[in-house]
Amino acid sequence: MNVITMSEFANNGQSPEILFWVGCAGSFDARAQKVTKAFCEILNHAKISFAILGNEEKCTGDPARRAGNEFLFQMTALQNIQTLNMYAIKKIVTACPHCFNTLKNEYPELGGNYYVVHHTQYLETHLSEVKIKFDEQSDTQTVTYHDSCYLGRANNIIDSPREVLSKLKLDLKELKRSKLNGLCCGAGGAQMFKEDEPGNKRINTERAEEIIENGSKIVTANCPFCLTMLQDGIKEKNQQDNIMVYDLAELVLNKIVK
Amino acid sequence: MAQLIFLVLLLTVGFFATKRFLRIKNIISLGSEEVISGHRSERLKRLLLIAFGQKKMFERWIPAIMHLFIYVAFLFTQVELIEIIIDGLFGTHRFFVDKIGSLYTLIINFIEFLSLGAFVATIIFLSRRNLLKLARFQKPELNGWPTKDANIILFAEIVLIIGIFSMNGSDYLLQSIEPEHYKSTGHLILSSHLAPVLFGGLDASSLHIIERFGWWLHILVVFGFVLYLPYSKHLHIFLSFPNVYFSKLDSAGKMENMPEIMNEVKSMFGMEVDATSSAMTSGEIPTFGANDITQLSWKNLLDAYSCTECGRCTSVCPANQTGKKLSPRKIMMDVRDRAEIVGESIFDMGVEKEKFDDGKCLFDHISREEIHACTTCNACVQACPVLINPLDIILKLRRYEILTESSGPGDWVPMFNAIENAGSPWQMSVDRDEWSKS
Repeated sequence: MNVITMSEFANNGQSPEILFWVGCAGSFDARAQKVTKAFCEILNHAKISFAILGNEEKCTGDPARRAGNEFLFQMTALQNIQTLNMYAIKKIVTACPHCFNTLKNEYPELGGNYYVVHHTQYLETHLSEVKIKFDEQSDTQTVTYHDSCYLGRANNIIDSPREVLSKLKLDLKELKRSKLNGLCCGAGGAQMFKEDEPGNKRINTERAEEIIENGSKIVTANCPFCLTMLQDGIKEKNQQDNIMVYDLAELVLNKIVK
Repeated sequence: MAQLIFLVLLLTVGFFATKRFLRIKNIISLGSEEVISGHRSERLKRLLLIAFGQKKMFERWIPAIMHLFIYVAFLFTQVELIEIIIDGLFGTHRFFVDKIGSLYTLIINFIEFLSLGAFVATIIFLSRRNLLKLARFQKPELNGWPTKDANIILFAEIVLIIGIFSMNGSDYLLQSIEPEHYKSTGHLILSSHLAPVLFGGLDASSLHIIERFGWWLHILVVFGFVLYLPYSKHLHIFLSFPNVYFSKLDSAGKMENMPEIMNEVKSMFGMEVDATSSAMTSGEIPTFGANDITQLSWKNLLDAYSCTECGRCTSVCPANQTGKKLSPRKIMMDVRDRAEIVGESIFDMGVEKEKFDDGKCLFDHISREEIHACTTCNACVQACPVLINPLDIILKLRRYEILTESSGPGDWVPMFNAIENAGSPWQMSVDRDEWSKS
């Protein structure tokens, strides 16, 4: 895959149209890596010049900050801001709602001002730049969509993902708890990195049950943590062969005429 | 004589209520400074839509309509209340009746219909709590006093409405018996039907007693309510307005920055530090986050006093729904309970704010397990009809735990170390862009 880093661009005295902020999950998590690659492929199809930071990218600090570790957050965030400002970055797209929220809402106060979009919004605006195929058989199925907290409630991005699904001519069947009332997957607030507190159920199990009840064979997510949590929950319910969890970018790529 | 009793009562109630409400204002001011200013038009719009207009209540239609009856009835009964106070002080009877003409008939009719609606709503509210046992009213944090508190208020509302209808009904009948004293209110639709059923056939003197009984019942319930309010969970009837006005306008996902830590790290990195923002004072051991109400902001405390314990937050909390101990409503109740304890020492017992130390803190009310269960999903924030933010408090407690105590869940330590050493929450041995090379 042909992915150019920011430093390579800079060495050639060029700058890309947009920086793709891959994020830690997108870089290291096997499932999220597939989403990263899918999104890069879409950008290539749409002939959008983009760069990644590669090894110069660090955790945005979201889990540290939400765990309460402000020192660590400031350290990692300020290093990122130094890097981003050094390259005079103007526009950033990311596939992770947590990175998105931190870059967009929390970096400005630290001195990092960029135009930040989530891949969901970027896909919405740039979908017209790729050719989409529509095959009749598979389009009769419904898909459902899981709102991630950090896109939905945290940033009020409710319509963009639904708009993309509708442009793909996918029939969306909403979950019971959706949009601003969506149920968390259970990973936010640094829960991804710790065991659950004692309770009678895991949050992703609760969500998986709702997804099974919904009856759609495809669940769309757009957050690497949600992907993991939903997949685990569905697996726990032994439905992994019946219900597939896809990132929005994967659904888009699947419909692009190559 | 009656006028004198009324005056003494009014002044006494006014005095104690003012004292008690000022005490609450003082307790809220114990919170740390948080500058909330600007965006006036946006804030006014919120005030109109969400506080006055109850916009967020209407996300659940049935309780919203019932609540609306009680709320609008409360607003309009103030007209009647002002009249009662004037009549009580000057010995007049229905002071407004010949001052505003047919508008008076309209207002009283309106109040009567609203009161009937409020009566039905209150009965339904009581049965939801005590008979239907709605899940969000059965959580452990409501055991004991909070449940009693809610029932007392609902019961008082019923008594108040009984007062209104006895007063209006008997008055309506008396208008045809002693028209010179009981001036005509015009046709009262509800009372003209109710009064003959309830008081038909009674003589003038009995009706007169009922009328006075209703009148005094009305004002005494109001006096009692005013005195009771500062002790109850019912302060939202006033505090929801400032609370909505001063609510957070940023994206819900944005966490409050800590400039003192930012500047410390900036100077560590040799970055330019904004001289106007306060740098950390050397020598002192700093406290970060909050473990007591004085470290929470005044807005956090206003949130706590505005909470009417409806439990919408808790009913949508993913942690609570899956059996974890966290309940956002309990967080708000605990903050208020702690604020009352601190306030009692400082304002009732005269302990100086700086010297106050009872060896206890918020963590004696809120367990670690509760704050560790939060996914920061903002569902509680979204659910609150009066824009209370429990998440902000939870995060301040987490900050205290990690930054001041250096404790917190052990599971997080490897994550912290990995971010610090490897720039990722997972310690990885491969390059960050390894994925692009395959």
